[in-house]
Amino acid sequence: MTDISTPKFLSGFRNAGLVKTAISEIHKCITQPWSLMEICGGQTHAIMQYGLDQLLPAEIELIHGPGCPVCVTSLALIDQALWIAKQPEVIFTSFGDMLRVPGSNGDLFSVRASGGQVRVVYSPLDAVEIASKNPDKQVVFFAIGFETTAPANAMAVLQAEKMGLQNFSILPANVLVPPAMHAILGSPDNRIQGFLAAGHVCAVMGYWEYPPIAEQYKTPIVVTGFEPLDLVNGILQTIKMLEEGRVEVKNAYSRVVTFQGNQAAQEIIKKVFEPVDRNWRGIGIIPKSGFGLREIYKNFNAVERFGSGDIKTEESKICIAGQVLQGLKKPSDCPAFGTQCTPQNPLGAPMVSSEGACAAYYRYGKKPR
Amino acid sequence: MTQNQTKPISIQGPMCPVPHHHTEAVVIGHGSGGQMTSDLIKNNFQSRIGNVYLSEGNDAARLFVAGLNDQIAVSTDSHVVSPIFYPGGDIGRLSVCGTVNDVAMLGADPKYLTAGFILEEGFSIESLNMIIDSMADACKEAGVQIVAGDTKVVEKGKADGIFINTAGFGVIPHKRQIGGQFAQPGDAVIISGSLGDHGIAVLQARGELGFESDITSDVAPLNHMIAELLEAIPEVHVLRDPTRGGLATSLKEIACQSEISIRLNEESIPVKPDVRTACEMLGFDPLYMANEGKLIVILPEEKAESALEIIKNSHYGTNAMRIGAVFEEDPGMVLLETAFGSTRILDMLSGEILPRIC
Repeated sequence: MTDISTPKFLSGFRNAGLVKTAISEIHKCITQPWSLMEICGGQTHAIMQYGLDQLLPAEIELIHGPGCPVCVTSLALIDQALWIAKQPEVIFTSFGDMLRVPGSNGDLFSVRASGGQVRVVYSPLDAVEIASKNPDKQVVFFAIGFETTAPANAMAVLQAEKMGLQNFSILPANVLVPPAMHAILGSPDNRIQGFLAAGHVCAVMGYWEYPPIAEQYKTPIVVTGFEPLDLVNGILQTIKMLEEGRVEVKNAYSRVVTFQGNQAAQEIIKKVFEPVDRNWRGIGIIPKSGFGLREIYKNFNAVERFGSGDIKTEESKICIAGQVLQGLKKPSDCPAFGTQCTPQNPLGAPMVSSEGACAAYYRYGKKPR
Repeated sequence: MTQNQTKPISIQGPMCPVPHHHTEAVVIGHGSGGQMTSDLIKNNFQSRIGNVYLSEGNDAARLFVAGLNDQIAVSTDSHVVSPIFYPGGDIGRLSVCGTVNDVAMLGADPKYLTAGFILEEGFSIESLNMIIDSMADACKEAGVQIVAGDTKVVEKGKADGIFINTAGFGVIPHKRQIGGQFAQPGDAVIISGSLGDHGIAVLQARGELGFESDITSDVAPLNHMIAELLEAIPEVHVLRDPTRGGLATSLKEIACQSEISIRLNEESIPVKPDVRTACEMLGFDPLYMANEGKLIVILPEEKAESALEIIKNSHYGTNAMRIGAVFEEDPGMVLLETAFGSTRILDMLSGEILPRIC
């Protein structure tokens, strides 16, 4: 948008001239088709928002990864959330996007419409604040997200402990990127030749976990940011490595990401959480791919507090969200895309979340067939 | 924390639940001003109480009165904004301006309003007086009078302090035809100023964002600006105030009503830096944020420059910009051309995550 609209700290990374130069570099160095995966839903969203896919050489196929926490949260967890939110003594808090994700029977908006107390928060610490102001209520926070939200989710538990709050708990749902990369690259159906790693996850975790992954699967990985220039630069670096036959891990988001990451944040995560197996919607159980609460913090686990772990769910088989989330299919390959399945009438989670691949496709430029 | 995984994972295949489409109970998204509101109106209201006036789908109805050459524009709007006082405005000013603007969007000269108040038991009389004073000021500025009213009080807990409904009446001069259905290929699209100020100001006033800024609501009566514009340029085809759902939703409605497409130039769309930054932080798109004092004008290309001049010279239009044009192909589509030379589709706002903003 105009000069008066772009904040100074971002304007350089949205500079059309610089972006066009980087894109012409990509055009110059590419000689054959390549399939890249951007792992993060935020990246998918930005690619669609700025129409960057329209400007890239036809040889590049961008496969949209399972990096939208809202989309990969399992139905079982959503059903638990709905059940907990319906309890009369509960104030259920969540990031806004989760409210529209369908469980087996309704969504959090329906729970709210039928009298449940469901509140949107912008930070898990807001949920702690709500708990301290409502001592007669049980306040539950739906702790979704990748490694990016994990430090704040952990901090909420620590803060609640420090304040001595007996009425605060979280529904642990954090998922982890590196195990998902292993799962995708190790799948017999894998088509990914290069990875754009999720910049904000790496801001927290660093990228020390990636060289063994790149080595094991002979796949270059570039830590990539979210602005147009970040994205085309990440793509350029990946394509250069692929064309030259190099397998390395590069950091194209060095203004934010260091190799070691944010160690204070990692310490907080380690203190509160431990890796647990987690079921990803559309992918299945990936070993050690989620954060569960450590034994000493189990009092803050809503699953234990409300006994919601016994809820049984059954997924129906309608849309191709599973393949979309694994990068096996594009949203526009789905027969329901843009017709039966739209953001206001979603069949699958990727169409629900603003970071979901289908929603990004729908909003930003792919006409329904 | 990495787990080396040599065994391939089992792939479960397609799996996704069919969600509930909220046809059984009203949810907050039905009040978003976007697609869900539109569906509710179409499926539940128009199918039962529809008529030629409602089906025009404009901000106000155009009524023909026997024996009169001029037509009457009528509109009604309920105001439930929370909080009731926010930087740059309050529910009183909003309830006058919102209805004045809806009437003016047909090219009518708003003259009279009615006001209905639903008050919650316990609501402060001092706050009530402040709201009524604010309504009086807004009426004076707009040149309208409140000529009928109603007051109801409900028990504590049955409302949120105060809700205000206003209805507005104005005269459309003979033969003037302005409405969302009249956009023509070749027309230019103008916006009278920066987008998203009201939405962010109200959100911020709720004190839940964890940051502060100087963003104030743009709530304002636009009828004088419109009168000046139409006096000089009667050829205007469409006027619309992009309130709930923002610029994108309003233009999408117009594109559907007129069966044309609208192409916008992203670089020319004005958004204030602090609104832009707030939207960046919160993951909102300013093109979908609510405005209460902005005007979309669609008119023949050859009149665009002089119209822009007039709008820029009026009090509420100093940041006006020409932002796009109307085309014949791809009817019903709104397309945004980015600075990088790519294009994306703008659809209606789909649901509602935001609190009550008007």
